[in-house]
Amino acid sequence: MSALSGRQHEGPLATARGVGARTFSLSGRKRRQQLHQLFVYVVLIPLAAIVLIPLLWMVSTSLKQQMDVFLNPPVWIPLPPHWSNYSDLFTFYPLQLYAWNTTIITSLCIVGTLLSCSLAAYGFSRLRAPGRDVIFMLVLSTLMLPDVVTLVPTYILFQKLGWVNTFLPLIVPSFFGNAFYIFLLRQFMMTIPLELEDAARIDGASSLGIWWRIMIPLIRPALLMAAVFTFQYTWTDYLKPLIYLNDENKRTLAVALSYFTGSPRGGPQLHFLMAASFLSLLPLIIVFFFVQRTMIKGIVFTGLKG
Amino acid sequence: MATQAVSRPGRRRFGSKAVRREALECYLFILPAVLGLVLFSLGPIVASGYLSLTDYSLLTPPNWVGLANYQAILSDPFFWQSLKVTATYVAVGLPLYTVASLLVALLMNQRVRGIGLFRTIFYLPSVISGVAVALLWRWLFNPDYGLLNIILSFFGFPAIDWLGTTATALPSLIGMGLWGIGADMLVYLAGLQGIPTDLYEAAEIDGGSWWSTFWRITLPLLTPVLFFNVVLRIIYLFQWFVEPAVVTNGGPDNSTLSYVLYLYRNAFSYLQMGYGAALAWILFAIVLVLTLLTFRSSPAWVYYEASRTRR
Repeated sequence: MSALSGRQHEGPLATARGVGARTFSLSGRKRRQQLHQLFVYVVLIPLAAIVLIPLLWMVSTSLKQQMDVFLNPPVWIPLPPHWSNYSDLFTFYPLQLYAWNTTIITSLCIVGTLLSCSLAAYGFSRLRAPGRDVIFMLVLSTLMLPDVVTLVPTYILFQKLGWVNTFLPLIVPSFFGNAFYIFLLRQFMMTIPLELEDAARIDGASSLGIWWRIMIPLIRPALLMAAVFTFQYTWTDYLKPLIYLNDENKRTLAVALSYFTGSPRGGPQLHFLMAASFLSLLPLIIVFFFVQRTMIKGIVFTGLKG
Repeated sequence: MATQAVSRPGRRRFGSKAVRREALECYLFILPAVLGLVLFSLGPIVASGYLSLTDYSLLTPPNWVGLANYQAILSDPFFWQSLKVTATYVAVGLPLYTVASLLVALLMNQRVRGIGLFRTIFYLPSVISGVAVALLWRWLFNPDYGLLNIILSFFGFPAIDWLGTTATALPSLIGMGLWGIGADMLVYLAGLQGIPTDLYEAAEIDGGSWWSTFWRITLPLLTPVLFFNVVLRIIYLFQWFVEPAVVTNGGPDNSTLSYVLYLYRNAFSYLQMGYGAALAWILFAIVLVLTLLTFRSSPAWVYYEASRTRR
């Protein structure tokens, strides 16, 4: 992750952007760059198409009638599009309830992760104490341990606490830090000039005040990235909701989706499955679309400091 | 890494009271994380070690059985099968996903018009992870109406029962994983963007070819990121669960029974928590040894530039 906090540089082909403006550049070099661009597109476009096909297929199927799903050759644009699949979904299944459950869990996890990890990251990066670095290495080492090692005892712990079949096992741990995000935020905090903090301290600011008024605003891009990763991970998490939530009305979207794959009686309902899958992905796609530009700009911004 | 923050000589010499206060504040700031470490990581790790020595069904208290679980595991054919499946997955998947995500990252690092759109497209599949992707692929792989076979028949090839035969199911799932390399790609991309431009300019002046520039500048400077990704990949690949659980349910004939899927079944379907914990510890030992070996090997191939890691 240190690469993320590293200084940003223009790529090797940075000059390609200003091709037109650079009248002094040699025409041979220009042509080489154009050839290079062409080569990149020739590779990129088919690859992008392959990556997108399953997605388009998903959207297309979500708009088909059940009997048209298995047509061969496949119909890519169902006419007329069967929009009612989406409304039927909500009529037959408590999808809004699952979405609500997932939203509660996800948003609380984001709050918990950002809060606990940014606090810990500030302590680990700026405040000195004996044994601090040993503790940091211990925290980091949990990244190297597979989750599955702790799966059973963690389940028992939550069972003893009476938390099984509630949202608590999915939410509460996020308020107690996560090695990956602590490491990430720490790296970003270490790029912020010490002078800023010292000046605030002379003005009488407390550590908590510095964390809130200086660190949090300056590492906003990193926090945004951590928020997106947490959102993505929690929203699509399958194993933990599957293990901890038993009641039907407590299901999350990721778990509910697997119930569309069909029962021995009914068989899969692929048009519903794809519609529900697409709906559950939509928030992720929208959030990533809006955040990714800020995120990439943010990495550059933070990286240039210090 | 950990020693980085300490190297700040001459700052804040306010006397022992201030030093003690700073230490106290530090402990308070990291307290939630330390509690989390003890409660949700160290505690369960120790507890799972104990449970692996017991017979425990969740319904009755754990019953001490010593090493019986481990002995039973060694003669359990499903254990060996699941280990073989996961080991194959890691052995093939690790190089495959590493090379593929690195190649895509190199493409994404080219400055051409619209590259932002391509970056989004290639990152998209990793946003769409988990069950949704798994379900989509189960359908794409369908022998009768799946897209893959429709494409094959268009070119005149016979249909393949991708997930239906023991020979093709595991390779199909491994190939499917290629779709989700976007997160690795993003990390490599960040690493590539961190390589100073002047090095490339120097290489250009020297007249180096693209290939030699890649081998002598890009790859060496990228090895810290490569190392990070390889270590995390090893850890995550060994925990392979969702795809075999949702796409194939371990079948056909256990040919895609991944280790964690088998562990999950023991612990949560058959309610043999002790047995599951023993399985978890064996996996933990394997992953730990491999992680340590990877760390040990790092001086031979990971290139750390002091001025780059600590500025």
